[in-house]
Amino acid sequence: MKKVYPNAAAALDGLLHDGMFIAAGGFGLCGIPELLLDAIKEAGTKDLTFASNNAGVDDFGIGILLQTKQVKKMISSYVGENAEFMRQYLSGELELEFNPQGTLAERMRAGGAGIPGFFTKTGVGTVIAEGKLEKQFPTGENGAMEDYIMEEGIFADLAIVKAWKADETGNLVFRKTARNFNVPAATCGKVCVVEVEEIVPTGSLDPDSIHLPGIYVHRIIKGEHEKRIEQRTVRPREEA
Amino acid sequence: MAWDRNQMAARAAQELQDGWYVNLGIGIPTLVSNYIPEGVEVTLQSENGMLGMGPFPIEGEEDADLINAGKQTITELPQTAYFDSAQSFAMIRGGKIAMAILGAMEVAENGDLANWMIPGKLVKGMGGAMDLVAGVGRVVVVMDHANKHGQSKVLTECTLPLTGKGVVDRIITNLGVLDVVEGGLKIVECAEGVSEEELRAATEATIVN
Repeated sequence: MKKVYPNAAAALDGLLHDGMFIAAGGFGLCGIPELLLDAIKEAGTKDLTFASNNAGVDDFGIGILLQTKQVKKMISSYVGENAEFMRQYLSGELELEFNPQGTLAERMRAGGAGIPGFFTKTGVGTVIAEGKLEKQFPTGENGAMEDYIMEEGIFADLAIVKAWKADETGNLVFRKTARNFNVPAATCGKVCVVEVEEIVPTGSLDPDSIHLPGIYVHRIIKGEHEKRIEQRTVRPREEA
Repeated sequence: MAWDRNQMAARAAQELQDGWYVNLGIGIPTLVSNYIPEGVEVTLQSENGMLGMGPFPIEGEEDADLINAGKQTITELPQTAYFDSAQSFAMIRGGKIAMAILGAMEVAENGDLANWMIPGKLVKGMGGAMDLVAGVGRVVVVMDHANKHGQSKVLTECTLPLTGKGVVDRIITNLGVLDVVEGGLKIVECAEGVSEEELRAATEATIVN
């Protein structure tokens, strides 16, 4: 079975439908599947629900799908830096479900691991706990009972992620902090499409250094990435 | 009188212990890394997937694949390790991070913390704050004692939606240091030039002896 496709549109062919649920990797603008997002914009698929830590900025990342009003709902932990997002949210055009960042990551991981629900302390006693199943466990000092809430695993129709390198069988290697949500997102989709900077021959990656094994990866494309920097912070050269 | 931002950060840095893994929030907490005491080695965690966070890069050496949780370009250190977001929060939730130093809008005498939303105002989201306060070993808040209207941010009860319930261990403000204890807050020290009377007068929360 060949996993390598010529471009993003070809890799998404037959996978997109209105109203679908997509898990996307990335943190801020770091490690986002920019080429696949572009292709979804071109395809015009509507009423999308995205599980993604952030919503991009106005003209990059998921932001470009907000401009074209293709997104119905976002499940995110932080959505600053995006004026169009705020406008659509405040006018009621866009649904927003805030998840604590670690809860969102674990919901993806759990979904990918076949775990439909798990208990966490995160959000206990806050608005996040409203309407959720609560249970106590003896995890405190000397077996004292502590409060937990149940969160559900995410089972997405499609996962779109960005990696650094793939081999032809889909084994993936990420680079620095661009790994972020890409690993848990990749695992929680029924189908996972990956965009990479480089496809290397099978056998050339060290099997001990693969970050995500190819079993999770169904389609791969290679492309040129803009890799935009959101906050450029530097120190003067003489200090070094 | 009273501490400025850098003095607050320097005081917060005194909380760090050798060998600790810590997470620093955005704002004044970020400045804490400039004041880590001599002989104390701490490893900074960035919740987007990194242990061993280094300083900002030299101009021209920025890397789009290397940012901190505030989305700023940073650098790596010899001991740096990268991991995914699920593992990052597994180590936070699992209590492996000894301490988080965070900013706050309000703190209450029972340790309740509010730092993520003001109803009716633009809400950007909680990011990783709820996970951090629920999971790390010790939570230290660094903030101004009063808001811009001069009202105490150290309260009997939080008025804003909570980030965590009963999660704060210590509060460092421009006026001094307070610990959350049984029955209220205990004064640990006053900032330079601030009397205990002034600190008490500026604090809405119950202060116990």
